Amino acid sequence: MSLWKYFIKIFKISMLTFGGGYTIVPLIREEFVRRESLLSDDEMLSLIALSQTVPGPIAVSTALLTGYRLKGRPGAVVGVAAAALPPLITISVLYTFYAWFAENFWVRAALRGMGGAVSAVMLIAVYDLAKASLKKHRIFSAVLMVSAFLTSLLASVNTGLIVLILGLLGIIAFKFVPEDRMP
Amino acid sequence: MIFLRLFIAFLEVGAFAFGGGYAALPLIERVIVDRYGWLTLKEMTDVVSISQITPGPIALNAATFVGTRMAGIPGAVVASAATVLPQTVLLLILGYFFFRGKRSSVIERACGSLRPGVTGLIGAAAISIFFSSVFVSTAPIALDPVALAAFAVIFLLRLKRINIISLVMLGAGVGLLGGLAEQLAGL
Repeated sequence: MSLWKYFIKIFKISMLTFGGGYTIVPLIREEFVRRESLLSDDEMLSLIALSQTVPGPIAVSTALLTGYRLKGRPGAVVGVAAAALPPLITISVLYTFYAWFAENFWVRAALRGMGGAVSAVMLIAVYDLAKASLKKHRIFSAVLMVSAFLTSLLASVNTGLIVLILGLLGIIAFKFVPEDRMP
Repeated sequence: MIFLRLFIAFLEVGAFAFGGGYAALPLIERVIVDRYGWLTLKEMTDVVSISQITPGPIALNAATFVGTRMAGIPGAVVASAATVLPQTVLLLILGYFFFRGKRSSVIERACGSLRPGVTGLIGAAAISIFFSSVFVSTAPIALDPVALAAFAVIFLLRLKRINIISLVMLGAGVGLLGGLAEQLAGL
């Protein structure tokens, strides 16, 4: 994949990630894991985990790391630019009539539909990712997955802190129980 | 000099906004509304609602909005660049260690638990998005019929592995049709 093609793909993906956060995950997975087979699910989850260890928008970090993985440092920089340009362009164009835009009935209606669509796409992606991440160490992985899910959903704990704890747990657990004997 | 002040303000937003999504909101508010007074609280609320209907993370939307207001398009570019600068520098450094040929065993072990854990986090985000878009309120339970219809249609089509970008567009179409139906029914 050329740098230019990577730029275009991320630009398109960023144009469609409404609300930010993890909504970029299913799109990255579709383009780079499923269609192009340039990444595995495991690799993609590692990149997302790494992107959680730094501040700043997740979508930008994920685009940076995917670019780094595929095209080295130039890919990383191209990823940041391609992820940051769509919001920059859209908001500066809408700036003058944002109040009208934000309250327009038809814009709202389209958005309600898109909200439903994004939820469906996200839930299916999570199901696929859960299957992929339960392939190894089924019990250990399931416990971590459910704990992270519940903590994030029910307690107001910062995601960065959850990721830090998860990482430390892995470093300690795999130190004492070898990789091939972890349940 | 306004460009320098924009740069410093959004550098702080970029450097301390951990957790993504709306987790960054209190920080943006503190810097932009309380400290610099570049937006009123009402305008900040407008930025949040416009953020929900435009692509991209809230921090970048706020950076562009405030930048445009204070110094036009160049201001927007400066504020956006400042927002993404901290993570870019940090990840270029981390990435160097992460992607070089031989992976250290510490990183391998951390990834072993981070992969399922991050799946759980994405799952929590998916559930929150589902509830905030399909439910108008949870007590008493009230559903948004338009969002629910789009959810059902897109869910079935996605099981057939239809391309996500087309499906999000189709979701917008279902929303417009639902809006039309509501207008015709006089709701």
